[in-house]
Amino acid sequence: MANNIIVFLEQRNDIIKKSSFETLCFAEKLNSKLSGVLSAVLIGNEIGNLEEIKKYSSANILFIKDERLKLYSPSAYAQALVKVVEANAGDIILFANTSLGRDLAPKVSTKIKAGCLTDCVAIDYEGNELIATRPVYAGKALLKTKIKTDKKVFTLRPNTFPLSPVENIKETQIEILKIDNLDFSIKVIDLIKSSDKADVSEAEIVVAGGRGLKSAENFVLIEELAQALKGAVGASRAVIDAGWRPHDEQVGQTGKTVSPKLYIACGISGAIQHTAGMATSKCIVAINKDNDAPIFSIADYGISGDLFEILPALTEEINTIKKQ
Amino acid sequence: MKIAVCVNYVPDTASKININEDNISIDKTGIAFVLNPYDEYAIEEALKIKEHSGGETFVISAGSESNKEAIRKALAMGIDNGILLITRNELDSYSAAYALADEIKNIGADVVLLGKQSVDYDNSIVGQITAEILNYPCITVVTKLELDGEKVIAEREIEGGKEIVETHLPVVITAQKGLNDPRYASLKGIMTAKKKIIDEKPIAAIDNFTETISIIKPAPKQKGRILGSDKSAVKELVNLLHNEAKAF
Ligand SMILES: Cc1cc2nc3c(=O)[nH]c(=O)nc-3n(C[C@H](O)[C@H](O)[C@H](O)COP(=O)(O)OP(=O)(O)OC[C@H]3O[C@@H](n4cnc5c(N)ncnc54)[C@H](O)[C@@H]3O)c2cc1C
Ligand SMILES: Nc1ncnc2c1ncn2[C@@H]1O[C@H](COP(=O)(O)O)[C@@H](O)[C@H]1O
Repeated sequence: MANNIIVFLEQRNDIIKKSSFETLCFAEKLNSKLSGVLSAVLIGNEIGNLEEIKKYSSANILFIKDERLKLYSPSAYAQALVKVVEANAGDIILFANTSLGRDLAPKVSTKIKAGCLTDCVAIDYEGNELIATRPVYAGKALLKTKIKTDKKVFTLRPNTFPLSPVENIKETQIEILKIDNLDFSIKVIDLIKSSDKADVSEAEIVVAGGRGLKSAENFVLIEELAQALKGAVGASRAVIDAGWRPHDEQVGQTGKTVSPKLYIACGISGAIQHTAGMATSKCIVAINKDNDAPIFSIADYGISGDLFEILPALTEEINTIKKQ
Repeated sequence: MKIAVCVNYVPDTASKININEDNISIDKTGIAFVLNPYDEYAIEEALKIKEHSGGETFVISAGSESNKEAIRKALAMGIDNGILLITRNELDSYSAAYALADEIKNIGADVVLLGKQSVDYDNSIVGQITAEILNYPCITVVTKLELDGEKVIAEREIEGGKEIVETHLPVVITAQKGLNDPRYASLKGIMTAKKKIIDEKPIAAIDNFTETISIIKPAPKQKGRILGSDKSAVKELVNLLHNEAKAF
């Protein structure tokens, strides 16, 4: 099986994202089973953490450098990637399942006549076939799917594939590419940051609040705990609909899918539309005064009590431990 | 202006999922199907564009006879014409997109609206694929849309913020919650929709790019530990998180 793998490394503000490194680590493992060439493609202007790639992989680095590509342009990015895939005879093309990856991957896949599977939580060889596993039906089932076309495109769920630094990496090459006549018929003209805080979908720790918080003001309890843990704030839809928190913090089916190391659900009942977005978190803690709340059925640890009493104590205890 | 909306018909997310013995399909009996929730934002946006700029609206669904329910709901909300691209075979995202693109070409739509994802398989790719087949620009996960002559400006949601994207007509847009507040169908709308004839067109060729190997239930999670019912449990919780789960 000569299979060339191409990994797209996404930068935002000239920094390669952690989820892209996770994807690269997976590619490195997959590549060790194949006899092809592994390449990592970057699109942007100046990349601040280019050297970090060498921690994880000896992939050939292809850097499509152009000032105009600092911000995303779906048309130009897709066109540039297709050129790279063609020039390097790419068979397996991998993206992190970020908002950009999910936008771009199916566009690229259609141009190269490849099937595309998004938000994969596992991709394994079963015999000679690559089989991807994806959560479906709000996380109530797992779907195993194969791509029938020769070329295959996958996007990988962030925080799911481990970061694994490799030792004794052989010298890597960085090739700077220029692509002529880029198509900017569709482009980002402005980027509005909602805050400097980590986004829930990218944070390693998420502290989420639900209707049980009773008001917007009370979310200070969630913020303080999140701060103590250096995590991000998340919320249930009930909270967003009530206008207590911004929409970009919503976790669940109509919000973001998160898969952090630690998810603390406070005053959240655990409706299926909420758990659809967080059930693959590595460790789940539930704080809810209702013993029978469904959230307890997926939690690793729980305290069935009043969050107004428990949260301040929890924040204090974590701050104490952290000081030690 | 011609505006096309593509809608899917999916199990209500609250339904219990039972897997058939073949291990590749689910048992559909007893499952309530609904118009895909994100597609309601797409329908509403189509209606708003028509109210503002005039034109004709179309709703298209690719799938089985039962998808007519989703089409009816769109008609009841106020869409002018319904089209069912009918097949008895399973469609993957590619076959669905090819069928939709054919029909969109047929209509000559200037604006094509879809939901950002179907809540059954959560693929979120049909919009992008359809756009590529049509060679239209495509903006996904849109929370605000402005049309100004040929110019299109949209806001799309990304991690930690928003991107403002510019392109031109014809365009494919996938709708995210926040784009608008979908209206309820009026009684008059429901009555009119019942009488409307849904145009049925068979899908000729189906060329799936992907194939289901199996559907399985996730391994049941071990029941978690309830550590207590007040703040006296906090110390143990922090200890477990720190030392056992190594979660922070
Ligand atoms: C199509 C569709 C899509 C949806 N998408 C999403 C989504 O993306 N994300 C999402 O979250 N929801 C979504 N929902 C809504 C979902 O069904 C639930 O309604 C919602 O998650 C409930 O939010 P909640 O848990 O905060 O509120 P509730 O269900 O009202 O739960 C509040 C909980 O707080 C507890 N509580 C109250 N006071 C205290 C206290 N003092 N101390 C401790 N605990 C307390 C209560 O016991 C209760 O369990 C969707 C629904 C639909 C139909
Ligand atoms: N069979 C279909 N018929 C019509 N529209 C569809 C179909 N499947 C998906 N769509 C549209 O594509 C969007 C994204 O779906 P998906 O890529 O399946 O997550 C949905 O919100 C619908 O608007």
